Amino acid sequence: MMASFPRRAVIATLIAGLVLLPLLTSLTGDAFVLTLFTRIVILALAATSLNLILGYGGMVSFGHAAYLGIGGYAIGILAHEGIGSGFVQWPVAIVASALVALVIGLLCLRTRGVYFIMITLAFSQMIYYVFAGLDRYGGDDGLTIYQRSQFAGLIDLGARNQFYYLCLVLLLLAIWLTSHLMSSRFGMVVRGARSNDRRMRAIGFPTFRYRLACFVIAGTMCGLAGALLANHTDFVSPAMMHWTRSGDLIVMVVFGGMGSLFGPLFGAIALLALEEALSRVTEYWQIILGPLLLLVVLYARGGIDGLLERIPTGSRRD
Amino acid sequence: MRAAGSTDCWSESPRGRVVTDALLQVENLTKRFGGITASDDITMDVVDRELHAVIGPNGAGKTTLLGQLTGELAANSGTIRFAGTDVTRVPAWRRSALGLARSFQITSLFLDFAAIDNVALAVQAHAGHSFRLWRDARREPALREPARAALERVGIGDRAEVLAASLSHGEQRQLEIAMAIATRPRMLLLDEPMAGMGPDESTRLVTLLRELKREVAILLVEHDMEAVFALADRITVLVYGRVVASGPPGAIRADPEVRRAYLGEEASTRHG
Repeated sequence: MMASFPRRAVIATLIAGLVLLPLLTSLTGDAFVLTLFTRIVILALAATSLNLILGYGGMVSFGHAAYLGIGGYAIGILAHEGIGSGFVQWPVAIVASALVALVIGLLCLRTRGVYFIMITLAFSQMIYYVFAGLDRYGGDDGLTIYQRSQFAGLIDLGARNQFYYLCLVLLLLAIWLTSHLMSSRFGMVVRGARSNDRRMRAIGFPTFRYRLACFVIAGTMCGLAGALLANHTDFVSPAMMHWTRSGDLIVMVVFGGMGSLFGPLFGAIALLALEEALSRVTEYWQIILGPLLLLVVLYARGGIDGLLERIPTGSRRD
Repeated sequence: MRAAGSTDCWSESPRGRVVTDALLQVENLTKRFGGITASDDITMDVVDRELHAVIGPNGAGKTTLLGQLTGELAANSGTIRFAGTDVTRVPAWRRSALGLARSFQITSLFLDFAAIDNVALAVQAHAGHSFRLWRDARREPALREPARAALERVGIGDRAEVLAASLSHGEQRQLEIAMAIATRPRMLLLDEPMAGMGPDESTRLVTLLRELKREVAILLVEHDMEAVFALADRITVLVYGRVVASGPPGAIRADPEVRRAYLGEEASTRHG
């Protein structure tokens, strides 16, 4: 489906802005904005991964932050044990989150609706408490990472601009991957299962394995975001995978537009920018955020992406 | 009286085939829901390129029977053989892959997909596994062309790009059938395809089914008696989950037990 003209213009402007951002911040010397946007881009990657299952697959996972934690702790624990090479850390982060997603998916995807929400929540809380109990790795207090992942001089994650661009490239790759995945045969099955799973099985699809594959891809992608986040904050703690964090990711996807390619990015920008702006006005910024979210759910089902889609254009759209 | 399980009625099959030729064979199928026996020792068969209608009053267990044939419901006892294979314990998606296609009573489409995407999905279901992760499925001729052909076949080719949710009720029923035939099944299970259709749409559907039954075996569950008697080669009558009669339309119409149990006064005055 073609994006409407204003939406495409907004997306193009946004990407151009994100690409040029380090130039602007180096001119103004404003490191804070770049740090904020690095965080936005990383969480947009996590939200993009959630969008695969929530937006396209209709699987409302309330435990998606667990993979942020798994990916993050893979970096943290290995660094703590003296293994600083990214070539080891990152594959471990990716494989570990894939395996965890596989196990959780195998057990959870047999349930539907509220049960699925509850059981994914339960699993993520279990993982939360497991890491909170790891005294060797800081337990509740978390673990400081003294050195970011080393890539044999290829890229320096400690350099603000380089790290930002790495995150941005990975986000854009994830969006590109999503666009292909979700328009492929595989994607049609996942979307069909959201639309009418019973019918999918009746016409001959063993939907479980496709939904599971999608669930694992999403978990893996989120694990990668966790590895980035750990490098960004130089710190991991169980709070990364607290259920409220999973809730934030859902809010980003819903806010931005479920099942739209750039929706999670819109959502991440909107949520974190609002958080940033509102928290300067009042400590109780969530009092303002809550009603805003209600308005989106009630009146703008497609989220920000849906609103952009509805902007009237000069040319007629069918 | 044509008792359930009596084999003489099968030899009356229009093409005079013997039982072993049957594409679908149901033997002593029984399904209980708690204390209710929804399928009571049902034995019947459908031969290739035959339209076999199943009729019966509301609650006779027609949909339950279909559910067991498609694999959505598990029978308590009895066997279902399709094309010589025992499929009694085979899951729904695999039965579909074997060539058993069904349409639903309550239209069960992918409402947020375009009509042609609904049919393309059905085609894709039978085109091997779907772990193809990269190419745009909406640009694959192998999926689009059979889908388009099926839509043309049922007469809604010009509505291909319309969302299924926006189609009229009759068009949705036609789309249902397009999805079933697009996979080139060996047998169609149609659950009340005429339900809620206007007279024009029904007539068109009867014409279509008459053409289709030359290519594929059809098991038709239908309330529209006019359509059933116009189309069926054989009719099986279910009452309270039991087969009370089975045979060609003429015999069913004349069967006193069927009249009493099902067709009622209306039929006996009209046809008698």
